[in-house]
Amino acid sequence: MSGAVVTGSARRSLMRNWGFLVGAGIVGFCAVIALIAPWIVPYDPFAIDLERRLVPPSFMEGGDPRNFLGTDQLGRDYLSRLIYGARISMVIGVLTVITSGLIGITLGVLGGFYGGKIDDFVVFCITTRLSIPAVLVALAVAALRGSSFMLVVLVLGLLLWDRFAVVARSTTMQIRNLDYVAAAWCAGVSRWWVLTREVLPNIATHLAVVATLEMALAILLEAALSFLGLGVPPPLPSWGLMISEAKEYMFFEPWVIIIPGAALFVLVLGVNLLGDALRDMMGTDLSR
Amino acid sequence: MSALLEIRDLRVTIGSTAAVRGASLSLDKGETHCLVGESGCGKSITALSVMGLLPRGAVRETTALRFAGEEIGHYGERQMERLRGDRMAMIFQEPMTSLNPAYTVGSQMTEVLRRHRGTPRAQAVDRAAELLARVGITAPGLRLGQFPHQLSGGLRQRVMIAMALMCDPELLIADEPTTALDVTVQAQILRLLAGLQKDLGLGILLITHDLGIVARVADRVSVMYAGEVVESAPTATLFAAPQHPYTRGLLSCVPVPGKVKRDEPLGSIPGVVPRIRPGFTGCGFRDRCAEATPACAGTIPRRDLGSGHEMLCVLDPGRDGKAAA
Amino acid sequence: MLLFLLRRLGVAVLVALTVLTLAFLLTRVSGDLAISIAGPNATSEDIETIRRVYGLDRPVWVQYLDWLGRAVQGDFGESYFFRDRVANLILGRMPVTLTLGLVGLCIALVVSLPLGILAAVREGTMLDRAVGIVALVGQAMPSFWLGLVLMIIFGLQLAWLPISGVESWQGYILPGVVLAFSAIPSLTRLTRSGMIEALSSDYIRTARAKGLTRFSILVKHGFRNAAIPVVSIAAVQLGFMLGGSVVIETVFALHGVGFLAWESISKNDFPVVQAVVLVLALIYIGLTLLADLLNAVLDPRLRTG
Repeated sequence: MSGAVVTGSARRSLMRNWGFLVGAGIVGFCAVIALIAPWIVPYDPFAIDLERRLVPPSFMEGGDPRNFLGTDQLGRDYLSRLIYGARISMVIGVLTVITSGLIGITLGVLGGFYGGKIDDFVVFCITTRLSIPAVLVALAVAALRGSSFMLVVLVLGLLLWDRFAVVARSTTMQIRNLDYVAAAWCAGVSRWWVLTREVLPNIATHLAVVATLEMALAILLEAALSFLGLGVPPPLPSWGLMISEAKEYMFFEPWVIIIPGAALFVLVLGVNLLGDALRDMMGTDLSR
Repeated sequence: MSALLEIRDLRVTIGSTAAVRGASLSLDKGETHCLVGESGCGKSITALSVMGLLPRGAVRETTALRFAGEEIGHYGERQMERLRGDRMAMIFQEPMTSLNPAYTVGSQMTEVLRRHRGTPRAQAVDRAAELLARVGITAPGLRLGQFPHQLSGGLRQRVMIAMALMCDPELLIADEPTTALDVTVQAQILRLLAGLQKDLGLGILLITHDLGIVARVADRVSVMYAGEVVESAPTATLFAAPQHPYTRGLLSCVPVPGKVKRDEPLGSIPGVVPRIRPGFTGCGFRDRCAEATPACAGTIPRRDLGSGHEMLCVLDPGRDGKAAA
Repeated sequence: MLLFLLRRLGVAVLVALTVLTLAFLLTRVSGDLAISIAGPNATSEDIETIRRVYGLDRPVWVQYLDWLGRAVQGDFGESYFFRDRVANLILGRMPVTLTLGLVGLCIALVVSLPLGILAAVREGTMLDRAVGIVALVGQAMPSFWLGLVLMIIFGLQLAWLPISGVESWQGYILPGVVLAFSAIPSLTRLTRSGMIEALSSDYIRTARAKGLTRFSILVKHGFRNAAIPVVSIAAVQLGFMLGGSVVIETVFALHGVGFLAWESISKNDFPVVQAVVLVLALIYIGLTLLADLLNAVLDPRLRTG
């Protein structure tokens, strides 16, 4: 290998670390905040104080040092709601990834592993799923059944498994066709053994990347559903719901939508950075 | 005497590798000059340097790089663009992938003429058909409308050659043009190149690692090793009286009917081509050379052995030492 | 090739039928439709009446076959709320949604193609990294929030563009930009990777050896090949954009199909919701078919192979 390539990969790995550090920092921070939310919030996020509504953040003109990020249209402390909102986003993201991951990986591995008719069926499922407008269906189901936290998780989980299935299927196929796996077949090992010892460990990293992408997507979709009033029901402080509730006042007090929106953006950016770093790492590992 | 192409002391550095270190060669009009050597010795980089097609990050230096009597070493990208495809053309080792899959043969061929001469489409098409016929392709009209994937490797290489000839170049650089082809097709392509050269008075710089090809078509041979031209001579001289230990080693690896006895092993050169970093001095072959002396680490003289035979070695020419056994 | 397209067409029809069934199930398994339609203040007699009027007292499979038979003919029934044929409603709203989708796709292409090409040509430089960051930002941007922020900036503070509605063509700019944001990351990345692959190929070396101009090398020889996957992904992205139109149209109060769907959802007007889901799915299926066709047109190896 020539020197130019070495310096190139060194620079890439530096960049990767930079992205990884920022991404892990953001996601880790949000996770910790979400875990210890009840102990760190300055106020009860549900406590209404109609006397002190829409107080701007303390660093802005007219702000009150008691409420660092101000208060919302019902006088609830914005910082406390934002912290509880992190909890909702993180929990929805993780639960959705678990649900959709279970569905998608099962389908994908089955299709990739057995091939033939089973694979045709799996591909058909993926095609059908992709043609269904996810947001619309989620909205419709929420409207029919009445929105709740668990329903959002369930609906998103049932809708976002496509990428898991696609990746699990193609990587399983690749591994299945590798020489050493074929050798294991010939040695007479069971399907289960090949599946658990060879296939799953080898596709795990690819699936981890998908998991970050899907988590980011789930967080964004939950916010969009809540924004449209059919996601997490009030008074839960979902960031999407906070933006929706503050929308009426945004032309007079832009910060009311900027704060929760920025939080949403930063968290999703962090998750995506983590996924990109993971993919880069894998890319170099595979090329070695 | 003005050579068609003259390279003096070419140096190319790519990152921390000295790919070419002071290579010199010259090529006359209508001559076939073969550049031979193992892979990685810098022969392709030398060719790409002449065309100005070095990869990004490669640094080229020369004392002189003259084409048809004109110094082109300082030419910028724009000036080189005008030369390439017009007065100097190049064909490559990979006929399967060297044509653009999205365009027809005709469109890719006429493009050259339209770019350099502004020839109208109809005339360019006529010229392309004429050249396809000239390189031995039957039904050129049909081929012009076809896409590369519809042609075999041998046909594609013929198309590449015809495309290179569109503007009547003075110099054709062929980088291992037959390596990827079947043996029978190889012979056809070589015969074609030889014929073209005779008819059109082309100067051909043929890069190869195949000494059989060299013996068949070359007027003159330069042997490259580790980024240097270690020996250069008219073909007959080189095969009859190789002087540089590396050349001798290389020739001993090739079976020659009548000369090699049954059950006697062919020669081989121990070791591998070293990676040369910038700042390396002395002979690049000394670690693999059976005749190496302490002087090999110093500056190596370029010795003129008369009648166009040159070599880069401290050893006496005409000695009878057995080269790298 | 023809065989391949026929096979794809067959699969598409099968997918469409499945979506049709799912659209029906969607409204039947998630609760008693009659109660949802009647609203919270209805008496049990009202509910019984609704059941009879809408034929909900028949066995489910009869309802299904009846609905399926009509849907195949383009008859999605009558809207409970708008008192109009559902097909008419959707047709009337379609132009806005389609225009918006096309505007969004055009903006996305105008931004991502040059960015992707630039990043590929300058691979590994600061510029390449900057483009990567643009893609990451686009990917993380909540579209509804971006819409609101743009409204504040361009509609209110600068007062350059209308805040909502599409009375004039300017009304499409902000929602178009927001919609484009969702497609820019994937299109840019695909263009970049496609260009990098194309530029490192042997035929680009040939093009350079022919002395072609830099522009001709990059666009005619490089991008022409990189464009093949980009075109098909662009078609698919358009499908996603139309599917996601419900969010954007609600934010900007554009009276397109997405907005219609949202109105109908909040009014429990299920025939409309069902039909919109179905129509958007059919459009997506059509677009993927179109993508395959475009691929065949653009790639001579597929066309004449």
